[in-house]
Amino acid sequence: MTRRAAILLGSAFVALAALAFASPRVVAADKVDPVADAKAFQNFFFQKFPNVRHEDFVNGPYSMNEDMKRQWREKEEFPPYEFALDAGKEMFATPFKNGKTYADCFPNGGIGIRQNYPYFDEKEGKVVTLELALNRCREANGEAPYSYVKDEMASLTAYMAFTSRGKPMDIKIPDDPRALAAFENGKRYFYTRRGQMNFSCASCHVQSPGERIRAEILAPALGILNAMPIYRSEWSGMGTTSRRFITCNSQTRAVPLEPQADEYRDVEYFLSYVANGLPISGPGARP
Amino acid sequence: MTALSWKPLLFMLAIVAGLAASPALAQSTVTDGQKLAFDRGKGNCLTCHVIKGGDLPGTIGPELKDIKAKYPDRNDLVAILFDETKRNPQSMMPPFGRNRILTEQEISAIVDFLQTL
Repeated sequence: MTRRAAILLGSAFVALAALAFASPRVVAADKVDPVADAKAFQNFFFQKFPNVRHEDFVNGPYSMNEDMKRQWREKEEFPPYEFALDAGKEMFATPFKNGKTYADCFPNGGIGIRQNYPYFDEKEGKVVTLELALNRCREANGEAPYSYVKDEMASLTAYMAFTSRGKPMDIKIPDDPRALAAFENGKRYFYTRRGQMNFSCASCHVQSPGERIRAEILAPALGILNAMPIYRSEWSGMGTTSRRFITCNSQTRAVPLEPQADEYRDVEYFLSYVANGLPISGPGARP
Repeated sequence: MTALSWKPLLFMLAIVAGLAASPALAQSTVTDGQKLAFDRGKGNCLTCHVIKGGDLPGTIGPELKDIKAKYPDRNDLVAILFDETKRNPQSMMPPFGRNRILTEQEISAIVDFLQTL
């Protein structure tokens, strides 16, 4: 028995040693390089759609052809997100019971800062999204958190996005291995196929943007979060980034995660980072 | 029951068995196959493919026509429906058989329908 265990242990050592020798090369080949990733990601879309102006990618399916663009311009005259925007502005200005406001929780009083979210919090060691920061602000001030998917949360983020329109997405990845790991984890989530339909996020939004599923035009992944939150006719209402991820998962018959689960935070970090430089366009309207 | 009264019953059974093998049944699997192909909760093929007789088709997959000329062997069609990613790992086509979206019989009925296109 002991001899057998020794043999097993010995072979495990040999295997480990082999791995140790092999691993430096593997690490070098698979080095996480967000700058190169973002460049390759953007170039893929710029080359696939040479006639789409770069800053137009943030308008989702409406960037994909002239007819759709016309529809978008008409929609923007009486935008369906206007109620949420007005409500969000009022909520933002209304003090909590303790007299403080949202402005006290954010840099620059929360105005014109949407392009910096999500960010990597080095104290927590995790990605912090705007939705998460808003609920933390509420809880720190003795208020109950809001639902992450719609209503008040969508109104607040609509207002914060609106005050940041046109500002280029500006996501930072600090020199911290945990930040790189979060980026890489988000990237992995984005490209992994899952659920009964066996789709990844990329199946629809990298491989097939501009194509139609039934009558609906698939949006390009590039800039898809710059428009959040969105009014979606399909939802008959507003939805946040959390809602978007959850409905994508359930529509492809995958098991959705909880809103603000680590993987959703990481995929938001990845998708936002690769859209750096493209303007914030939210709140948006989508079919 | 007397032995005599069995005769008409056997006769009826013979007729039913004869029907099963006749074009009438083939026709019904084609109809079933079309229903399954168009059903949004089943094949939902129109989401990605243009198919004669279907409304609002998507554009991701190729138009489904001249199928018998393209795939003379029905086993090829069964294999594509069962799991096309085996042949083409990049394919968006859901693995209808492997992931139990459709049963073997349902796939077979859809293949019968596809062969009429």
